[in-house]
Amino acid sequence: MIANYGYKDGSGEYFIGIDTDKCNGCGDCVPVCPAKVLEMVADQYDPLSDKIVAAVREEERKKIKYTCAPCKPASGRALLPCMLACAPGAIAHSW
Amino acid sequence: MAEIQEYWRWTEYSWHHPEMDWRQGKRIAAGIDVGSVSSQALVLVDGQIFAFSNLRTGSNSPDSANNAIKTALKDTGMEIKDLQYTVGTGYGRVNVPFANRAITEIACHARGANFMAGPKVRTVLDMGGQDCKAIHCDERGKVTNFLMNDKCAAGTGRGMEVMADLLSIPIKDIGDLSFQVDEEPQPVSSTCVVFAKSEALGLMRSGWSKNMVLAAYCSAMAHRVSLLLGRIGVEDQFFITGGIAKNPGIVKRLEQELGIQAVKSQHDSQIAGALGAGLFADTLLQKGAQ
Repeated sequence: MIANYGYKDGSGEYFIGIDTDKCNGCGDCVPVCPAKVLEMVADQYDPLSDKIVAAVREEERKKIKYTCAPCKPASGRALLPCMLACAPGAIAHSW
Repeated sequence: MAEIQEYWRWTEYSWHHPEMDWRQGKRIAAGIDVGSVSSQALVLVDGQIFAFSNLRTGSNSPDSANNAIKTALKDTGMEIKDLQYTVGTGYGRVNVPFANRAITEIACHARGANFMAGPKVRTVLDMGGQDCKAIHCDERGKVTNFLMNDKCAAGTGRGMEVMADLLSIPIKDIGDLSFQVDEEPQPVSSTCVVFAKSEALGLMRSGWSKNMVLAAYCSAMAHRVSLLLGRIGVEDQFFITGGIAKNPGIVKRLEQELGIQAVKSQHDSQIAGALGAGLFADTLLQKGAQ
């Protein structure tokens, strides 16, 4: 399942998509995020399974445009640490 | 002084199965959906819908949950202590005092839609009081992709309530009246509730009829949710849950824009969240949950 966390407003669409089928629950993405946006939780959208997956923390979901901004400079943008850390490639950013 | 009328107010009601004898049932599961605007309670006996209620959420979530379940169980002889397993969902899911577990409303809406409209449903649009969710699910009602917009109330039931109040039109009439126009007007440019309100006032001042304003607002709202749906991809069959599903002004315009018809269901699709929660409670009971 692809869980999209984020929002859309007048300035654009800001979603972090986590593919829970690809996510292996390793948790490598959690410490590399300088803003501590991610956490490991039981899959909320499949309540009957016990799988642990990465998710965007509840309190960050409505402001990720700003929280993620330091990793996304207008020029000279490097690859995002969360995406680099994810071996199965489960994390995607929409902007 | 004239009596103040609350144009936004919709009918609260409850329903219970006229013949089913719950005392014969082995599993009694309940789902409580405490939303931002409305609360539903639903009771399943052996996996069949036994009773439900649909009320307005008050300022206090635990009270709303209690009222909802009491209203659903009224005249049935069942009491809260007879419920074997209860799942809370929705905006106030952690505040349901008698719930055994809380499950996110996205999983519940998909599951509820799967039960109400059949396993062929792939796209579920939940237009709630304060947010709007587009959900893609598989044949078992399991979520495969979803998108939620809860940052702003544009394109939601709350926006409709504001419009009803502004134009002094009972909320249940909005959909039908929005079709009573000579020609479909341009959609309002803003679906933001605050901006749309001032835009509506401006249009009326320049001579638009109330029906024209409603038509313009409904089509703007339909367009907005169609964009949200576009991001996850719309697949037949398509089902709408939540209060806005009762507004033909939006549903028909959305169907036109998407080019597919929404599936109709026997019960009010506003209970889909509570139904999904009840179904999860029922499954957990079967798995031996206490």
